[in-house]
Amino acid sequence: MKQRKFTPLMFLLPGCVILGAFIFYPMIQAIWLSFTDYNMIQQNPNFVGVANYKELFADELFWKVLGQTLLYLIIVVPALVFLPIFLAILVNQQLKGITFFRSIYYLPVVTSMVVVGIAWKWMYADQGVLNFILQSLGIVDDPVHWLTSTSTSLFAIMAVTVWKGLGYYMVIYLAGLQAIPSNLYEAADIDGASKWKQIIHITIPLLMPSIMIVTIMSSISAMKVFEEIYVMTQGGPLNSSMTLVYYIYNQAFDSLEMGYASAAGVILFIVTLMFSIVNIAFMNKREQAMKG
Amino acid sequence: MNQNSEALKQDDRTPVTVQENERKRTQPTNIKQRRRKPRPSGKKVLKTTLSYATLSIVSLIMVGPFLWLLATSLKSGSENIFAYPPQFIPENPTLANFGAVLEYFPFFTYLFNSTVVAILTVGANLLFCSLAAYPLARMQFRGKSLVFILIISTMMIPFQLLMIPIYILALNLGLQNTYLGLVLPHATTAFGIFLMRQAFLTIPYELDESARMDGANAFQIWWKILMPLVRPSLVTLAIFTFMMAWGDFLWPLIILNDQSMYTLPLGVQSLQGNFSSNWRYIAAGSIISVLPIIIVFAILQRYFIEGAMKGAVKG
Repeated sequence: MKQRKFTPLMFLLPGCVILGAFIFYPMIQAIWLSFTDYNMIQQNPNFVGVANYKELFADELFWKVLGQTLLYLIIVVPALVFLPIFLAILVNQQLKGITFFRSIYYLPVVTSMVVVGIAWKWMYADQGVLNFILQSLGIVDDPVHWLTSTSTSLFAIMAVTVWKGLGYYMVIYLAGLQAIPSNLYEAADIDGASKWKQIIHITIPLLMPSIMIVTIMSSISAMKVFEEIYVMTQGGPLNSSMTLVYYIYNQAFDSLEMGYASAAGVILFIVTLMFSIVNIAFMNKREQAMKG
Repeated sequence: MNQNSEALKQDDRTPVTVQENERKRTQPTNIKQRRRKPRPSGKKVLKTTLSYATLSIVSLIMVGPFLWLLATSLKSGSENIFAYPPQFIPENPTLANFGAVLEYFPFFTYLFNSTVVAILTVGANLLFCSLAAYPLARMQFRGKSLVFILIISTMMIPFQLLMIPIYILALNLGLQNTYLGLVLPHATTAFGIFLMRQAFLTIPYELDESARMDGANAFQIWWKILMPLVRPSLVTLAIFTFMMAWGDFLWPLIILNDQSMYTLPLGVQSLQGNFSSNWRYIAAGSIISVLPIIIVFAILQRYFIEGAMKGAVKG
């Protein structure tokens, strides 16, 4: 086991330089910027203490945006945790052509969010397909202004996030389902347990590790939602569909308030950190399990 | 009803039913089983039909919006695309919108940019992640676990916080509107290092040792012995990175202001501005832009789905 001292360093160097330059260094700079008044126009940032944070906490829009982000999380995460379980059960059957259906359900995942956003913007149009279906079924009388009304815009975008994510989480659950030994179901069949009971008492408990992963992944990505909003509503109308990342983007690249936006970014970091800590703990557990 | 009983007769001959009959014979006291006896296969047919019906309805929900976009893109200028009720089948299907949109929409430029960025990002990740993962998995050195923890901790930092300083850094380095500027911030990911480290850990050490006795150095062991053995993980990483780079929107949006450097997602987004309400053109442009990824997906779908299954640890 002879090995020169700097051999590990040589292997680590390129990757670590990139991570250092594009994650660690910017991380420190972002925290520093959040205590300055930097706005791209002036040459040098001035230290202003916690003024940005004070201003942030006094900003009604920031609270509105934070509330909307949490609402996003509360609705989108349960939908993305539970709906894909049923999709996975559906495509886990031994049927002819089942791989075709799996691919179809995965299609929105591989399509870019921009195209998905455009397709749904067209679905949501006042005289679009969605309103037509709802009116035909007698669920609504007049067309709903899905993306242009303050009461529906955020929910309409949530639906798109869920729709695009279904296939991805379905596949994660599919991997979990295929790890469940089939003799458990055979035994339940002999005992005369209904399919629904089997799902509640066998599938869901044994799928718990996958459910954890999906919960964490979908929470973190829901906190960072941006593209669907940029493509479909630009945060409007009247900021009713604006979430935290969109707010940061607006402050930084429209108003050029880099210091202020960094402070909002630090808040985002703190919130996602809580989810990430759980994630890492979970990964370590998996790693140990893999080592056996 | 007739069809049902026919299917029932046919199904009676299948081995599944034979097994079920056998089970019933061995458990004669089970009343429930006996009651089910008369038409087990009829039930099976019903179940299969129901499954396919559900699968088809869900399919319609998953592709419906794309099909509606496709239908709109095929409608001629004389047809009212806002007609109510919506016309799902175009009256006179035409490709004219595609021709027209291609005149204003430099699709092939965007496709080229997206391809270059995706290939460079995938290549950089495969190389740098597996290089960095090798000593972390198979060498002993001081500070190893600290380095690993630092690398893993980068997964917790949202890019949306970093984008501001990275933007300033990229401007200072002259990376605005360059391929390098698009690729570098994503050229190494902690997820990739983690994945490759896992892969290297599963390979027996004896292989390294015997290669070392034959006089191979660390680099040769990495490249000639280990890399061929972790090919499945490399494929997973490649697919993951490809998806990330191909669909990336936020970073290109920030770092590019020159239209000729736009990647496909930015190009498609610009359609919305350029043809503000010409939905025929917007739809046509969107449909063209998804064709490449749909073709790639159709060819490599097995790897896409396997990759997503294995990549479930990504944060």
